[in-house]
Amino acid sequence: MSALLDVRGLRKSFGTTEILRGIDFSVAARELVFIIGPSGSGKSTMLRCCNRLEEPTAGQVVVDGVDLMAPGTDINAMRRQIGMVFQAFNLYPHMTALGNVTLALRKVLGKSREEAEAIGLAALDRVGLKEKAPSYPSELSGGQQQRVAIARALALEPKIMLFDEPTSALDPELVGAVLGVMRDLKAAGMTMVVVSHEMRFARDAADRIVFMADGEILEQGTPAEIFGDPQHPRTRDFVGELSR
Amino acid sequence: MTGLERFQDAFLKPELIARYWPDILSGIAVTLEIAVAVVITGLALGLALAVIRSYRSRLANAPIIVFVDMFRALPPLVAILIVYFGLPNLGINISGFAVLWLVLSLVLAAFAEEIFWSGIVSVRKGQWEAARSTGLTHWQTMTSVILPQAIRICVPPLTNRTIAVTKNTALGTVIGVGEIMNQGTSAMSLSGNATPLMMAAVAYVVIFVPVVALGSWIERRFAWKRA
Repeated sequence: MSALLDVRGLRKSFGTTEILRGIDFSVAARELVFIIGPSGSGKSTMLRCCNRLEEPTAGQVVVDGVDLMAPGTDINAMRRQIGMVFQAFNLYPHMTALGNVTLALRKVLGKSREEAEAIGLAALDRVGLKEKAPSYPSELSGGQQQRVAIARALALEPKIMLFDEPTSALDPELVGAVLGVMRDLKAAGMTMVVVSHEMRFARDAADRIVFMADGEILEQGTPAEIFGDPQHPRTRDFVGELSR
Repeated sequence: MTGLERFQDAFLKPELIARYWPDILSGIAVTLEIAVAVVITGLALGLALAVIRSYRSRLANAPIIVFVDMFRALPPLVAILIVYFGLPNLGINISGFAVLWLVLSLVLAAFAEEIFWSGIVSVRKGQWEAARSTGLTHWQTMTSVILPQAIRICVPPLTNRTIAVTKNTALGTVIGVGEIMNQGTSAMSLSGNATPLMMAAVAYVVIFVPVVALGSWIERRFAWKRA
């Protein structure tokens, strides 16, 4: 199985604080990998290093065979192949849902307005929000905003999607629709890396669970292995805490 | 003579109004010309400097910050006099009009840079991250995502500052630019009466009240739907 995302010896320090202490981690095509761990363990930082929103201090990040850290790499060209979904949605408030989804299509891919809008509407349709195309973010619920954000990433036809706590800012009743979209993506064969606290979703949708603590990967395995029979004491504590 | 008549004689003498209104009118034309030129170049330069600053290069930022602080601290009159009386010594002869335009543009640019910059940094970091994560460059992110939000925040302070700086066109009177104030004070000296100054005052109000209105129109124009 060839890796679509391959992270080697990833280190990240903020000043003298080392957040990531040598991460080795890879994701195969069509795989859904869940990253769990206590807060402050470096999960989000690791994810953000995967498209260099956060600049790694050391190590290698290879996406589809291209080393993101290599001097000759066009990072902007790579980023459009790496979709990212944020905890705070980060929709552009001055643009409609369709405007949000089509901006990169037009500016980065150079599509005409008509072409971009056709692709954008299809992407909004995939997240069930085609009819919200003319709405501004402030007119949408949190769950709808997050689905538009997913459509924004999706419209660029990324090879892999990174989700940084996509449901943490949502009211509980709005979580389901977002997870539903992610389930659909999984079914359509999207490669996904998800940092999240949605353990139930992790249990039934993930192919693999990675447990991180203190900037290191301590354990990884199938949901059954991690939730049913954790090996590392820290994993046991964490999983035990969840099921209490 | 009643009090009202005395007042009218000192400030609003009809025959002086009749005699000097063409002078004031030509002053209005000059003031408008300088004001428009200053607004265009001052705001454009201020915006350009703020955008350059967003690249966070130390090499570029140090001179920008020195320039901005200097021109915010310096009274415009001092800068005008230095440039007007200093440059000829270097063999550079430029008109009073050009000096006034140059100095006021720099002053407005300095203030505008600070206002644009504070608008740019007030846009949440997540907006940058979302745009960059879809492959937009720094420049594309700035022009499509950040500035449309930042400028909207900037419009009220920018309007106030622009009006404040363009009113300084009155300083042109000390270097012989034939703007409103110059026309007013010359006419006052000739007639020995404050009526031309009152005419100048009215002219300023007539010019700047619409500018204030324009400011609030732009504010509404730039507003977008929000909860």
